[in-house]
Amino acid sequence: MSKTAAKPLAEQAIVQAAHSPAQLHFRTLRVDTPFQPRIDALMKTNDWYDWGGYRAPASLWDEELEYFAIRSQAALFDISPMVKYRIEGPDAESFLNRLTLRDVAKLKPGRVHYTAWCDDAGHVLDDGTLFRLTETRFRLCCQERHLPWLLDSAIGFNVTVTEETEAIAALALQGPTSFAILREAGFAGVERLKIFDLAEFPHDGGSVVISRTGFTGDLGYELFVPADLALSLWDRLWQAGELRGIRAIGYTALNRARLEAGLIVANADFVTAEHAIRADRLRMPDEIGLGFMVDLEKGHFNGRRVIAQARSKDTLQHVLVGLEIEGNIPAEHAIVYHRQKKEVGLVSAAIWSPMAKRNIALASLQRPYGDTATDDLWVEIYAMRELKYERLMKRAKVVARPFIKLDRRTASPPAEF
Amino acid sequence: MTSFDAIVIGGGHNGLTAAATLAKSGRKVLLLEAAGELGGAARTEEFAPGFRVSTAHLLNRLHPEVVRTLELEKHGLVLPKGQLAPSIALSRDGKPLTLHGAYGESLSGASAPEAAAWQELRAQLLRYAGILKPLLTRRPPDLGNMSLMEISAFAMTGLSLRRLGKEDMRDFLRMLLMNVSDVADEHQEDDRLKGLLAFDATLGSHLGPRSPTSLLGLYYRLAGEIGAQPGAQALPAGGMGAVVAAIERAAKAAGVSIRTEAPVAKILVEKGRSVGVVLASGEEIRARTVVSGINPRSTFLDLVGTREIDTGFVRRIKNIRMKGDAAKLHLALDRPPEFLGVDAAGHRGRLVIAPSADHVERAFNPAKYGEFSPEPVMEITLPSLADPTLAPDGACVVSAVVQYAPYALKEGWEAGKPKFLAAIMARLELFAPGVGKLVRHAELLTPADIEARYRMPGGHWHHGELQADQMLMSRPALGAAGYDTPVDGLFLCGAGSHPGGGISGVPGLNAARRIIEMRG
Ligand SMILES: Cc1cc2nc3c(=O)[nH]c(=O)nc-3n(C[C@H](O)[C@H](O)[C@H](O)COP(=O)(O)OP(=O)(O)OC[C@H]3O[C@@H](n4cnc5c(N)ncnc54)[C@H](O)[C@@H]3O)c2cc1C
Repeated sequence: MSKTAAKPLAEQAIVQAAHSPAQLHFRTLRVDTPFQPRIDALMKTNDWYDWGGYRAPASLWDEELEYFAIRSQAALFDISPMVKYRIEGPDAESFLNRLTLRDVAKLKPGRVHYTAWCDDAGHVLDDGTLFRLTETRFRLCCQERHLPWLLDSAIGFNVTVTEETEAIAALALQGPTSFAILREAGFAGVERLKIFDLAEFPHDGGSVVISRTGFTGDLGYELFVPADLALSLWDRLWQAGELRGIRAIGYTALNRARLEAGLIVANADFVTAEHAIRADRLRMPDEIGLGFMVDLEKGHFNGRRVIAQARSKDTLQHVLVGLEIEGNIPAEHAIVYHRQKKEVGLVSAAIWSPMAKRNIALASLQRPYGDTATDDLWVEIYAMRELKYERLMKRAKVVARPFIKLDRRTASPPAEF
Repeated sequence: MTSFDAIVIGGGHNGLTAAATLAKSGRKVLLLEAAGELGGAARTEEFAPGFRVSTAHLLNRLHPEVVRTLELEKHGLVLPKGQLAPSIALSRDGKPLTLHGAYGESLSGASAPEAAAWQELRAQLLRYAGILKPLLTRRPPDLGNMSLMEISAFAMTGLSLRRLGKEDMRDFLRMLLMNVSDVADEHQEDDRLKGLLAFDATLGSHLGPRSPTSLLGLYYRLAGEIGAQPGAQALPAGGMGAVVAAIERAAKAAGVSIRTEAPVAKILVEKGRSVGVVLASGEEIRARTVVSGINPRSTFLDLVGTREIDTGFVRRIKNIRMKGDAAKLHLALDRPPEFLGVDAAGHRGRLVIAPSADHVERAFNPAKYGEFSPEPVMEITLPSLADPTLAPDGACVVSAVVQYAPYALKEGWEAGKPKFLAAIMARLELFAPGVGKLVRHAELLTPADIEARYRMPGGHWHHGELQADQMLMSRPALGAAGYDTPVDGLFLCGAGSHPGGGISGVPGLNAARRIIEMRG
C-alpha cells in the first residue's frame, strides 16, 4: 500500500457537496437489508455473498444443518434483495398479459403464479413470481432489475410501475413447522391459505402479506412487509418459532433445496437475455423448461411471434432437463456427452440429494439430445482428490422434475408438525 | 357487402400508388382517406378565394417505374420534361445566380472558373447519387435473409462502384457521410451557389449544412429525376394535385374503391394478424391485408396499439425522430412580385433565399433550441405564372417552403406564428421589394399546422427524419423496414418507409410489390 495514502473517499467532503445523496450509492458497495441487525447477530461463519448489491448470508452457522432446518424444522431466509415491482392501475392485468408468458386473467386476486417474460426475440429476460394483491394491484418479484423495460412496456396502458425493492422487506419461512409457527405467532386464518394463495394479516399497526409460496418444494410461506416493520416481524416469528426449531439460513442451503425441487435460477441455470453477451447463450422459454407458461391463446405478449414461429418451424436449439447421475459425486458444471464422445451440453447445478437419495442435476442440452434423444448420455466429472483430479465418466438419465415431491407442500389444511 | 382483399389506409400519393398497383394485380382494394380530398400533402387546395396551391409544390422525384407501372401518362399525367424549372440563388444586390436545366446543366451569373468548377462538382454529385439510386429505389436489404434477387441488386451496386475507378470510388466513400458545407467549400467559391447547395441538402430535415452527413440530403434529392434527367425539377401544371389526380384515375381504372372522409381509428389485430380496420365512425371493415400509407408511429402506436406489438419494437417506433422544421407560406397577391435581378423565366423557376452556407447554418442554430430562424431561408415558387388557373386574373400565388421552424417551438406556435410570419415577410421584402403591399391573404402553415391538416405527426416532410440512422434497413425502424411488419398481414407504404418522402411513389410501389411477393 502506498504510504501517502489518500483519504478514504467517504471523507472527501468536496465530492459529497457536489452530489445528491442518491448519487453517493457507490460509497456503499453492498447495502444491508432491513433484517441485517438480526442476521448479523446470528452470523457465525462470516460467509457473505453479493445478492443484487445486498450483503447476504451464504451460510450463517453450518450449511449442512441449515439445509436440514429447511427439511425438518423451519428455516428463515431473508429475501429482501429480491427485486420487487408494484404494478397498479385499471390496465394492470392487460399490461402484465402483454409483458409475461402466462395468462394473467386466470390469476385471481389473492393468488400467485410463477411466470417469465421475454424480449421481442422471444428470449427470456427473467422469471419470477407474480402476486395478484387485488383486481388492479400486483407485485412482480424477480432476480434482475427491469424498470426501463417495464416502463416502456407500460406505454399505451393505464398502469403505474413502481420499484419497491427497498421499500418492502421480505422473508421466506420454509419447512415442515412453518405453518405451526405462523399460527403460534397469531396470524389468524393462515391455515386457510392453500398453495399459491396469499392474504393480508395485521402486524404491528400495519400489515403483512403472507403467501403460501417458496423456493424449496416444501411446506412454506413468504412474508412481505414495509421495511419499517421488518424487525418486529422477524422477532414475532423468531419468538413463535423457538420451540419449533426455527433457524436462520443462508443461500447455500436454500440452493440445495431449490435444486431438489427442480427450480431454476436466472443467471445460474440460464443466462438472461440482457446479460448474455454471446448470441448462442440466449434462451427461449421452451429451451429452459418454461414452455408450459407460454399461452398462445391469450392474445399478444412480448416474443409471441418468434416463439410461435420457433415452435412451428421446429427451430428450438436447446432443452433444460433434470438428470439423475450414477454414483454420489455431484456433477457440478460437468460436460454432458452422448455415447461418451459427442459433447451435447452442460450441467448448471448438481448435488447429492439427501431427500431423494439420488445424485441429481440440471443440465442444458443441445437438441435433439435431452429432447428426443435421451439414451446413452454421460457426464464427465472431475473429482479433486488430494490435489489430483480423478476423471469419472458417469451414466446420466433424463428424469422428471421436481426430484422430490412432498405431500406436505400442498396439503390443505397444512399439517402442524 | 363487398369484401376486400386489401385495405389501404391513407390516400396520399403513396397510398394511392400502393392501392393502384395492388388492384392491377387482381386484388380487390379499398382505400380509406380521412380528409375530404385525396393526395395528402400533395393535394392542391384553395387557400383564398380563387387562389389554389399545393403544399408539396415542386416535382423532382416521381419515379419512372411508378409512371410506367400505373401508366400515369395514359391517365392524364403531363410530365413537364421540356419545362424544367431553373433554380435561382437570390442575392440582395440584385445579381442572382441561376442553375439552368436539370440542376445546373449550365450556370448564369457566375464567373467562368466558378462555372467550370461547378460542372465538375455537378457531374461528381450526379455520379455518386447514381450509385445510391438503386439502393434508394429497391426494398432495403434484409441482412438476415436476403433473397437471390436482393443479393444481386446489392452486387450491382458494388459493380457500379467498381466501374467508378479507384480514385472516384475512394472519393465516393470519403464523401458519403460528409457535410454539404465542407464538400461545397472544397469545390466552389461562390457564396450564392454554396448557399443553394446547403439549402437543398438540408431541406425537410433537422440538419444544418455543417451537421455531419448533411450531404446525404443532396444525394437523395439528386437521385430524383424527371424524364431521365437526374436532378431536374418542375412545377406541375395544375399543381401537385394534378399528379395525384392521375394516380387516382389509375387507381380507379384498376378498380380501387375509394372512400374519403373515412378516418381509420383502429387496425384490428387477432392472434398477431391484422384482419381489418375500424373507422372513427365505428364501422368495421375486414380484409386479409392492411396497408398503411400514413405515418409509421401513428400506425403502430395509435392504430395498432402497443398491446399488439412487442416492447422493443414500441421503443424503436417511439424513438423515430419526426419533428419537422419546414413551414409553408402561401400568399395571395394582387399581382406578381418582382424579385431583384430576376428575369421572367426566372420568376417561373425556383427562387431560393439562402445567401450563403453560413447563413443557412445560422438559420439552423436557433432551431436546435426550439426557436425559429430570425432570418429564415426559403424556396419560393410562383406556380400561377406557369398555370394561370391557380389564381384569379392578373393575381399571383406565392408558394414558399421556409426553414427553420421547429415543430416544438419553445414559446408555442400560437405566440410564435405571427412573429415568424413577420420575419419571413421581412426577408421577402429585401429580395422582392414591395411584395408586402401586394398581399391579399397570407396563410402560414407551421409544422404544427401541417401535422393537423395532413395528419402528419411532427409536420414532417418525410414522416420521420431522413438521416443515416433512419435510412435503409433502419427505416422506419428495424423490424418494419421491408414494408412488412411484426404484425402479419400489415404493411407500410408511406413516406416513413424506405426510401423516404417527396412525391416519388416509391414506398407505395415497393410496398405493393412486397405484398404481391408475399402473397398478402
Ligand atoms: C412543407 C412541406 C413541403 C413539401 N414540399 C415538397 C415538394 O415540393 N416536393 C416533394 O416532392 N415533396 C414535398 N414535400 C414532401 C411530401 O409532401 C411528402 O413526403 C409526401 O406528401 C408524402 O406522401 P405520402 O403519400 O407518403 O403521405 P401523405 O402525403 O402524408 O398522405 C397521407 C394521407 O393519409 C391520410 N391519413 C392520415 N391518417 C389517416 C387515418 N387515420 N385514416 C385515414 N387516412 C389518414 C392523410 O389525410 C393523408 O391524405 C413537402 C413536405 C412538406 C411538409
